[in-house]
Amino acid sequence: MPESSLVKDGRSSSVEYGASPLRQFSQSSLLLHRNSYMLGTFCTEHNVQQCLSHINQEISSLGLPPVWTESGNSSELNIVAVLNCMYDLIQLHRRGLRTLESMEVEQLKSSSNIDHLQLTITRLKEQLELSKRENTGLLERERQLQLKAKSLQSCLKNEKEEVQKLQNIIASRASQYNHEMKRKEREFNKLKERLNQLLVDKKEKKQAIDVLNNIGRADGKRSLWKTEKTEAKHEGEMYKTLLSDYDARQRELVLENAELRKVLQQMKKDMVSILSSRKPAVKSDKPEHSGVQARSEEEEEEVFDSSKESVELYCVHAREKLTNSIRLQWRRLKSHVERLDSQASLVQMVESKDTDAVPQETQEEEMDRLKLEIQQCKDFIQTQQQLLQQQLSSPCDEETASLLSNCYMLQEKERLGEEWKTLEEQRKIFERERKNFTEAAIRLSHERKAFEEDRATWLKHQFLNLSPFADSKKTPLLKSKSAFLISAETEAPEKLIKCHSDTASPTPRCVPLASASTADLYRTLCLIPENSSVQPKTNGEHVEESSMFCGDVFVQHQQWEHSEDHTPSQEKNSSI
Amino acid sequence: MNFSEVFKQSNQLCKVSPDGKYLATCVQYRLVVRDVSTLQIMHLYTCLDQISHMEWSSDSLFILCAMYKRGLVQVWSLEQPDWHCKIDEGSIGLVSSRWSPDGRHILNTTEFHLRITVWSLCTKAVSYIKYPKACQKGIDFSRDGSYMALAERRDCKDFVSIFVCDDWHLLRHFETETQDLAGLEWSPNGCVLAVWDSCLEYKVLLYSLDGRLLSTYSAYEWSLGVKSVSWSPSSQFLAIGSYDEKVRIINHITWKKIAQFEHPATVESTKTVYKEVERRPAVAHSSTPRVNVLTNFVSLINSLLLPHLDEICSLPVQIPVVKPDPDRANPKIGVSVLAFSSDNHYLATKNDNMASAVWVWNMQKMSLEAVLEQTSAVRCFQWDPRHPRLALCTGNTKLYLWSPGGCVAVQVPTEGGFQVHSLNWHCSDNSLILLGKEQLCLCYMETDEEDK
Repeated sequence: MPESSLVKDGRSSSVEYGASPLRQFSQSSLLLHRNSYMLGTFCTEHNVQQCLSHINQEISSLGLPPVWTESGNSSELNIVAVLNCMYDLIQLHRRGLRTLESMEVEQLKSSSNIDHLQLTITRLKEQLELSKRENTGLLERERQLQLKAKSLQSCLKNEKEEVQKLQNIIASRASQYNHEMKRKEREFNKLKERLNQLLVDKKEKKQAIDVLNNIGRADGKRSLWKTEKTEAKHEGEMYKTLLSDYDARQRELVLENAELRKVLQQMKKDMVSILSSRKPAVKSDKPEHSGVQARSEEEEEEVFDSSKESVELYCVHAREKLTNSIRLQWRRLKSHVERLDSQASLVQMVESKDTDAVPQETQEEEMDRLKLEIQQCKDFIQTQQQLLQQQLSSPCDEETASLLSNCYMLQEKERLGEEWKTLEEQRKIFERERKNFTEAAIRLSHERKAFEEDRATWLKHQFLNLSPFADSKKTPLLKSKSAFLISAETEAPEKLIKCHSDTASPTPRCVPLASASTADLYRTLCLIPENSSVQPKTNGEHVEESSMFCGDVFVQHQQWEHSEDHTPSQEKNSSI
Repeated sequence: MNFSEVFKQSNQLCKVSPDGKYLATCVQYRLVVRDVSTLQIMHLYTCLDQISHMEWSSDSLFILCAMYKRGLVQVWSLEQPDWHCKIDEGSIGLVSSRWSPDGRHILNTTEFHLRITVWSLCTKAVSYIKYPKACQKGIDFSRDGSYMALAERRDCKDFVSIFVCDDWHLLRHFETETQDLAGLEWSPNGCVLAVWDSCLEYKVLLYSLDGRLLSTYSAYEWSLGVKSVSWSPSSQFLAIGSYDEKVRIINHITWKKIAQFEHPATVESTKTVYKEVERRPAVAHSSTPRVNVLTNFVSLINSLLLPHLDEICSLPVQIPVVKPDPDRANPKIGVSVLAFSSDNHYLATKNDNMASAVWVWNMQKMSLEAVLEQTSAVRCFQWDPRHPRLALCTGNTKLYLWSPGGCVAVQVPTEGGFQVHSLNWHCSDNSLILLGKEQLCLCYMETDEEDK
């Protein structure tokens, strides 16, 4: 906040400064004057003139109207001007005071600002110092921690080594212990044997059973002799129990399987029903992919049907088929559900936008169609361009084609340059001829004038000879004739200018003016030969060419044609 | 729920005959046989010394009483009270005695596991089985009593012998892939034999009846392994409790793990946690609305006045854990007891370092169904053989019952403080035998309620 206020202050003060230099100056000068008045020796009776001039100068330098005007020799003060001036000066003075005040206030403000800023600076410096100290502290701590981490790492390493060592010790001890155990056990067994032997040998206190009378077996049967047969029987019984167990387990599994199969079939049925109800919708949705999909679906159906027949078979192949078909259908169902989900979300979105779903779809379709069209058009354009390129350049690849086209352009340029030269020469020749013609025309006009004069004199003579009123009749006729001539002469250039402005040729006006006038003259005089009618045409052509030379070749070609097209109109213009 | 009067017993020797008609108890050197329904003494037998082991024969006709100190076994007949049989193992000693499944043979294991002597009561014949292995569970009969699996140790290698119990014919004898075989157990259908290694190695081997190795399962290496193994009654699952405080359930088709039950100290996902709270009888259950009481149970046992009820806790629940001493052998950690309910639906487990909690798992959902947190360590728990109902005791004067419907604690209403140390369900009758230190009493469930 203090910064922003500071900026504001600075700006305002700068504005003040920008406005004030003149005022300052005036103020200082006024003060100076006052001081001089105080001294009281500024103006005396002797130096009134000098004072006046001095004040005048000062005032004029202040940009005020002069107080004193030297009207001739009289050096009188213009009192009004002086008063005005004084008033202005007072105003200036007041303004100066005001500004001074404001400046002082400004000064105060800025000084307090400076104080404040200095305070903040000191505070910030303190903070900086503090943070620096903290930073160093933290760095120190980090270093210590790093050291600690290093030591810990080394510790860890040591510990790991220790662990390894201990593990090795444990392993060795375990093996030793096992060995000892075995030894002990053997000894123990030996002792047992010995004990057994001793007990058997002793016979002092024999083991005995004392039964009042033998009891029958629990099953009431008599005990049997141990024979091969009993052994076989035992084996058989054992296997029987095992078999019965496996049998039971298998039955359980079969039951479970049947249950699962039932569930599976139910699921399949449901899936098929769902999918079959969905199929037409899919076809309508995606007309392009439907063909492929339909085929695959048919295949799936086939697989399913075949598996359906063999559901009860325990054939591996059938099972594989079944699982495959299930998997496929499951996948389709999943995608279906996913699509439904996405559709649902779309519908929701649409609902939130309060627009109908169908128009949007159609819109999208339309958009797609248009996009397709655009793409097609683009393709078409591209192929066209390619064909064009091929036609222009020989059937080479593009690089050479461009190279060739460049060469072609250069050649064209050269050719055009040559043509240009020849045309330039021709133009010169034409100009020379034109000059000759104009000279001839001038001569002719002179001759005609002379001839007119001759005829006039001749007519006068004749008139004078024929009637006394011959003089009065003769002058208007002559006048009208001369008037006609003058108008004709002024009209032609105007037309020519017009036509030239139409064609907008950069050639100087005088030349076509001359040429047109000459042509006009010839025409009026019926002096133009039949082949010379080409002259203006070639001239126009030439002009066009020069103006368009710097353009592209193609453009130039076009321009050529264009200028050729234009020439008749130019002719017309000029003929008018 | 009713309780019988208290009877004396010693060494916690008190068993109901397999047919459920008689109750045999040992008091010092006397054997008392009572009728279960009337509790009248039917027979009284006097043995030569204090009885250290007593067992009914499978046909409920004979009772075996072993006096290990004297190396003597005495057999009594219910039908012929004057019939007697005495087996003297002599100086070779006796550490274990048991009936064969047919009830006509007695298998005595001599000291140092020198051999197993098989005595026939029919023929007085004696036969020996050498090299039996001294281990957690070295001998197991199949459920139908036709086969016996015996762990043997020869030349520092483990073997399993399968005998036909009928005539002690050795059916199969094969070496097992164990370092130190710790136990074996038949599947209830008698077709698969589960064999597990000692706790140093986690290894469970599954053998077919004909000795084929069906599968080997090992969950991890190096640390202490299997602590307990239990088949589900349907033979469908094999639950393996181990020292890592987990139970792994293996299926019977692929023999692969299908579930793993952990016993975390903080229970976060279960249906209910029942926590036993000590409370004065006066403020029993009117003050706290959260107390979960099976109302029918309460009405049932109203006369007994339940002072302690289990409370349903809101999750998560912290279960007290006791850190085992790492320096001692057989650390008190890991799942030591596993019990499937008779209908295969539930599995109850106990983790040794959370001795006060019993975990009940639902085997259909393979998830934790309930946790029963008691105030003291659980001594014993057992499933009702006919219903999904778990009875447990913690060495105090109460009996705890859990069923899917809820949990209830019952004070045993006897004078002089009957502390329940162990309990046994009657095989068919709807009753429980509660064993104290020197006493026993029967607890009868209300049969009418059950019929409903």
